[in-house]
Amino acid sequence: MARGFRSGGAAALALVLAAPLAGADEVIDDELVINGEIPIVTQAPAPEHVEAFSVIRSGWTFRSPETQAMEMDDFDNPAILGVEAARDDFDASLGANGESCASCHESPEDLAGVRAVYPKWDDAAGEVQTIEMQVNECVTERMGAEAWPYDASRMVNMSALMSFVSRGEIVNVAIDGPAAETWQQGKDMYYTRYGQLELSCANCHEDNYDNMIRADHLSQGMVNGFPTYRLKNTKLNSVHNRFKGCIRDTMAQTFSPGSPEFVALELYVASRGNGLSVEGPAVRN
Amino acid sequence: MFAKPVACAAFLIVSGLAPLHAQEVVAPSAVSFTDMGGIETSLTGTPGDVAAGAELMNKGSGNCIACHKVTALSDLPFHGEIGPPLDGVATRWDEAQLRGIVANAKKTFPGTIMPAFYHTGPYVRPGDAFTGDAAKGDVAPLLSAQDVENVVAYLMTLDTYPE
Ligand code: HEC
Ligand code: HEC
Ligand code: HEC
Repeated sequence: MARGFRSGGAAALALVLAAPLAGADEVIDDELVINGEIPIVTQAPAPEHVEAFSVIRSGWTFRSPETQAMEMDDFDNPAILGVEAARDDFDASLGANGESCASCHESPEDLAGVRAVYPKWDDAAGEVQTIEMQVNECVTERMGAEAWPYDASRMVNMSALMSFVSRGEIVNVAIDGPAAETWQQGKDMYYTRYGQLELSCANCHEDNYDNMIRADHLSQGMVNGFPTYRLKNTKLNSVHNRFKGCIRDTMAQTFSPGSPEFVALELYVASRGNGLSVEGPAVRN
Repeated sequence: MFAKPVACAAFLIVSGLAPLHAQEVVAPSAVSFTDMGGIETSLTGTPGDVAAGAELMNKGSGNCIACHKVTALSDLPFHGEIGPPLDGVATRWDEAQLRGIVANAKKTFPGTIMPAFYHTGPYVRPGDAFTGDAAKGDVAPLLSAQDVENVVAYLMTLDTYPE
């Protein structure tokens, strides 16, 4: 029972406690198989480093049946438009050398499985990199072109393509070795109570997942479905864009997409989902 | 013939003095909490307005039903389930304790997710409302002192458990 009905006295609280507490580790029946051929692991035993849960669940398991259904067939998934746009971009020549991504990485499918281990420590760069940073490394250092803005649709689409070719692969980001320090930074952020509302990620996504907060059904805040197509803003949204919104909503000064803080937070949050499938580009409300 | 004007003048003097006796609004930093986290005296000296309190339960910086179900407000959509339902809350806590819970619930429930509504920090990265930008200067409490009194007055009406 992670949530905090810490008693201030009053036997009356017992009444409150008698009400069913959500959360727990109930297992959901729903199964996600995309296009009838890609099975997606949407719930799995929690990795050792996530002490609060015994079962981790994809955000998909918290969505309405209608929203869930949109992800079961690529013809119904609006995010696939972004994937198609990125496929064109993958073959388009870019920058000083006239090369395309395909000049070096034959096809996007060549990069299958890559998404599942990102964010990842990069020795040469001496830092943890997100998939967006890795793409930009190729764009700038290998193709001699201008960096793509971190959160621009071109980048979000390419990120969607990188997820698409890894769908079904099991998320397995490394948290030890040279990544350990960044991971710890992300973990500290996860439990920091930001803003005037003094809310941490854990207050909502760990202590209260499966509860309603006003009209929203809280999930565990996993990133395995990113980038996500949101019905609310009818576009693909990057992980960092989501983080930015969640921190803003605590009445805090938020961080910027691509900032070192969000890279650390992404590594930590991604690692909480080790064991789920890469599911992006997913559909959410 | 002079009696009336004199009486009137006397009345004016009395009413002119009244503000001197009226209670000063207690600033967020000056609030004194009991060991249990309650606040014994009104923050303003002006009785709370139940209707204005009901409004804050739903809207603005209050938005209490984001986290609490309140059967008496069931005409409003989407009540949350983060905190306990507030039905019958006035039978569980007295007015002083409710005032303390609304002003700063962390004094009653250490570590609670419930925001402190009559409090001014210090905060981690305080923002400028919901813009995502840094706060400009000092942060005002989420609710004014009178807002707190109004909400408490509303909570005091929740003295039964609906069938
Ligand atoms: C972010 C969620 C959240 C918001 C917003 C919120 N509360 Fe709470 N509230 C809680 C939780 C959770 C508790 C239970 C205390 C604990 O954490 O142990 C609680 C407890 C209470 C209690 C004590 C209830 C009881 O029966 O013991 C009262 C009264 C209360 N809240 C009133 C309010 C009012 C009034 C507002 C709006 C001004 C409000 N709350 C806003 C989460 C919230
Ligand atoms: C000039 C050749 C070249 C071009 C052009 C190029 N890349 Fe790369 N890319 C590389 C090399 C070399 C690596 C590093 C491989 C390694 O370290 O394992 C790499 C790594 C990657 C990785 C990470 C692979 C992994 O296993 O971690 C991704 C993702 C990627 N590139 C995407 C792209 C995209 C998208 C484009 C087009 C915008 C692109 N690349 C263009 C050469 C290129
Ligand atoms: C006030 C509660 C609240 C806080 C605090 C909060 N979030 Fe969220 N978050 C939400 C809501 C509501 C949603 C949309 C429903 C859902 O998926 O939970 C959401 C969605 C998400 C999602 C998308 C999940 C998906 O499957 O699409 C991620 C990721 C996320 N949050 C991460 C975070 C992180 C990281 C933090 C801390 C920096 C955080 N959130 C803080 C309320 C919150």
